[in-house]
Amino acid sequence: MSEKTLPKPPETNPESAPFWAAASEGTLLVGHCNACGLPHYYPRHHCPSCGSADVEWRAAKGTGEIYTFVNVARGPNGPFTMAYVTLDEGVNMITHIVDADPAALAIGQRVMLRFAPTDGGAPYPTFTPA
Amino acid sequence: MSLRNKAFVAGAWEHPTRNAPDVSTPELHAQCAVGALADAGLTLKDVDGYFCAGDAPGFGAISMVDYLGVDPRHFDSTEMGGCTYIAHVTRAAHAIAAGRCSVALVTMAGRPRNEPFRGGRPSAPEGGFENWIGGAMPGSYGLAAARHMHEYGTTSEQLAWIKVAASHHAQHNPHALLRDVVSVEDVLAARRIAGPLGLLDCCVVTDGGGALVLVSPEVAKSLNRPLVTVSGGGEAIKGPRGGAGLDLTTTAAARSGPAAFAEAGCAPADIQYASVYDSFTITVLLQLEDLGFCAKGAGGKFVADGGLISGQGHLPFNTDGGGLCSNHPSNRGGMTKVIEAVRQLRGEAHPAVQVPDCSLALATGIGGSLGQRHAAATVIMERVG
Repeated sequence: MSEKTLPKPPETNPESAPFWAAASEGTLLVGHCNACGLPHYYPRHHCPSCGSADVEWRAAKGTGEIYTFVNVARGPNGPFTMAYVTLDEGVNMITHIVDADPAALAIGQRVMLRFAPTDGGAPYPTFTPA
Repeated sequence: MSLRNKAFVAGAWEHPTRNAPDVSTPELHAQCAVGALADAGLTLKDVDGYFCAGDAPGFGAISMVDYLGVDPRHFDSTEMGGCTYIAHVTRAAHAIAAGRCSVALVTMAGRPRNEPFRGGRPSAPEGGFENWIGGAMPGSYGLAAARHMHEYGTTSEQLAWIKVAASHHAQHNPHALLRDVVSVEDVLAARRIAGPLGLLDCCVVTDGGGALVLVSPEVAKSLNRPLVTVSGGGEAIKGPRGGAGLDLTTTAAARSGPAAFAEAGCAPADIQYASVYDSFTITVLLQLEDLGFCAKGAGGKFVADGGLISGQGHLPFNTDGGGLCSNHPSNRGGMTKVIEAVRQLRGEAHPAVQVPDCSLALATGIGGSLGQRHAAATVIMERVG
């Protein structure tokens, strides 16, 4: 049986670096605007809804539900499932569903955060059935 | 200001190749340019406006202008993926109407089968958060298909009819990569790629290209070509913009379409032929809904049972066989969409698929990843002489 290769670590930039540092600590950060009150993902230093710079990045609960998903037949380590998850905070994020039977997944299914390790860098925020 | 009769498509030319190992990509651009100019009865020396997109080798329009030997006083290297050339028709028409040029050349070409795509732009802001996802275009478009099926009960059989219709048309196109007529069963039996999308739900990968020439009324009068004018156009971008209220069942065509219809002063029911971007079957279905050819969610019924087959359905589409069967050069299908619409308006489509007295046609397209962020462009053209 072949070894699965760990994915390359995430590309980071000066704006996103704190997100990946938090990921290394097991935390998923979501942007929250103090001016208009709306959340956003992926987190930025400005609010994409109102433009305000009064934004803070807060830890997400890590729970949500599947908005849509597809089982992709061929990936670097065999078949995998990509999906959008709607976090309980109200934002959607594109991700993978891991450690699950792909044939048993359904839109609307509850999922929870489970970080996936990379080769020498911060882990990726993936989800597994709750 | 009405755009109608202020600019005309005088030249339209699609390269016959589908695999080009022995020419360079700039050469393909040049061959398409010369082909479209000859079709118009013009030469490179007549060109004073130049339009290209992300497939153009080098630095924006600069390398290609220098290579081709044109001398534009107006140029545009906008990039919005495969639909850019549809947007260029509207932009060129407006530039001509504003007097900024009178002979506009639009070229596109590429060789994905022989030359790997070279990136080179700085990292996108979403890069770190999304580049690891994988799945490429089929994954991204599959996500949209899965959601549409969940919300509206759209079936794989209905999606399959889109490919079936394109194949009915492609059989008459000697340059099409795939000329065999396929059945719904063939499409459903094809190898699965991502979610509901199988191999036959995906467009072809071809080398090739095409070009257009748009001209002012004065130049049009001097040429011996049918008068095809640009009456309206629209463009839009859609993406998660922060991730709340995600809706993968509606595309940016829901904005580019109405903008085009408003400028042209017509409605979907008036359209006799539509070129609809067909990177995947789901792409077609969503655009038909978003342009208003049918209600949101009713796309499956609209395309089923031959709904898109010329001569028998509600709306003849992609009568050259489209990207699904004929050509999707450089992974960008917008140019070929415009070219087939121009053929239909000139009465130059294959007789088996020519819409009788076709005088009002539309071309619409998507650029980018439907499941992540994308652009749409729509253009409406009319035969007026």
